[in-house]
Amino acid sequence: MYILVSIAILVTMVLALVRALLGPTVYDRVLAVNVFGTKTVLLLSVIAFLYGRPDFLDLALAYALINVVGILAVLEFFQDRSRKQQGADND
Amino acid sequence: MIDVVLDVISWVLLALGGACVLIGGIGGLRLPNFYTRIHAASLTDTMATLLIFTGMMLQSGFSLPTMKLFAIMLFLLLTGPTATYALANAALLSGMKPDSGVERDRGASGGVQ
Amino acid sequence: MIYVFALFLLTLLVITAVAIVRTTNLFVAVMLTSIFSLLMAANFFILDAADVALTEAAVGAGVTTVIFLSALALAGDVEQPRLGSRLLPLGTVGVLAVLIIYATFDKPRLGDPDAPVHQHVAPWYLEKTPEYMDIPNVVTAVLSSFRGYDTLGEVFVVFAACIGVLFILGVRPPGPAAELPAEPSGLRHHLIPQVVGRLLVPFIVLFGLYVQFHGEYGPGGGFQAGAIIATGVILYALLEGEAEALRAVPRSVLLGLVVGGALLFGAVGVVCMLMGGAFLDYSVLAADPVFGQQMGIIVIEAGVGMAVCGALLSIFHAFAAREGRP
Repeated sequence: MYILVSIAILVTMVLALVRALLGPTVYDRVLAVNVFGTKTVLLLSVIAFLYGRPDFLDLALAYALINVVGILAVLEFFQDRSRKQQGADND
Repeated sequence: MIDVVLDVISWVLLALGGACVLIGGIGGLRLPNFYTRIHAASLTDTMATLLIFTGMMLQSGFSLPTMKLFAIMLFLLLTGPTATYALANAALLSGMKPDSGVERDRGASGGVQ
Repeated sequence: MIYVFALFLLTLLVITAVAIVRTTNLFVAVMLTSIFSLLMAANFFILDAADVALTEAAVGAGVTTVIFLSALALAGDVEQPRLGSRLLPLGTVGVLAVLIIYATFDKPRLGDPDAPVHQHVAPWYLEKTPEYMDIPNVVTAVLSSFRGYDTLGEVFVVFAACIGVLFILGVRPPGPAAELPAEPSGLRHHLIPQVVGRLLVPFIVLFGLYVQFHGEYGPGGGFQAGAIIATGVILYALLEGEAEALRAVPRSVLLGLVVGGALLFGAVGVVCMLMGGAFLDYSVLAADPVFGQQMGIIVIEAGVGMAVCGALLSIFHAFAAREGRP
């Protein structure tokens, strides 16, 4: 059962990767990265159980905590850019 | 008896979770534009996470791994929607209109030129 | 099954790498790099290298994306077109690739018990770790005691890299300095990221401390902990703005952490020498050699964590401070 779930997750990772490669907008790519991150957490947890190594769950925990920082940095990046553009337009 | 019932429930949950993951992945690829694809992503972010982690928690019984699984699930459920919100907000800020599925991706390459 | 998974992930890794090279939009390249890092961590994990996977997770998931994005904010995100012929680079890469592929024929099979690495020192490490240090995680034992010199070298590399980045970014460009943006940066008026992020910061730092002090028993150690704690502070900086984060953890403290961490590591070695042992031979630190080893490992891991955390945060703030200028 764990194997089936991990295969489903792997297939979804491929689909997300295809979306990241196709684009077409940058936001689609960021969304794909986000989906990919969540899928990695799921995959790590499922595989930790598949191998019976539950102490490796620490890794999935690290990702679950840290993944969002990258996406928030993207938000700040775009916010900063649109503010700079507004400033340039006002001048 | 109770073990069998728990096993069956957890297998069903895991299978449903795997199905949700797949559906979300296919939706992320096939839906027509960015704002609709967010729906597919949110399906894998929340529903699949809930189902798969509940299934695994039922399997592992009451132990330290269960607590870790619960923590991971909680953080994923908190951060997933937050990340999606941040993303949609960034897209909106840069002038991408959520108006139609008709237009598909044309003209939506705003933001980074 | 494990080989199928690993091969599958490696194939995805190659596809991602080719895509990173092909794209001319650097923002897209940064996003693909973060996918690359996730795939890499999953691969390490499947091959049972939990400590390395945790390092990749701690550094790749948060810190690198943030620093790359800061660099993009300074540099613009369209790649400059290359000039000149590509034949020479292509030829060099081709010859090297053939050489490397030829070299792999001599490599032992993955997991081969007769491989030289499993004949020579690895069994000795596995056998002696319980006797000398009495800790379950052999990776930590090898990293901080058996091969302490290497780790000391790595800490000095981190130190040197931090100083180098600070020097390069600290040079003021000629001409008048631009005005700093009037409103403070940060995601202060985004309610949802504010609430969730503030909730996460203490947990990230707590998890970092857990990784730091649990390193002898599970995957983890100073490098990973330093990166995770730095990520927590960077999250705070993203939410509240750079200035607030600098008020919470001032620049002097960061430099103190970098210098102090490297010095702490070296000082432990010198103390070992003063107490009659060899450099970085922790056995002499206490009456009981096993306890001495454990004490030495904890102290130098703390030094490593301090240095890494301080270096990453200093680099982050150096990029952020530069953003106000043209």
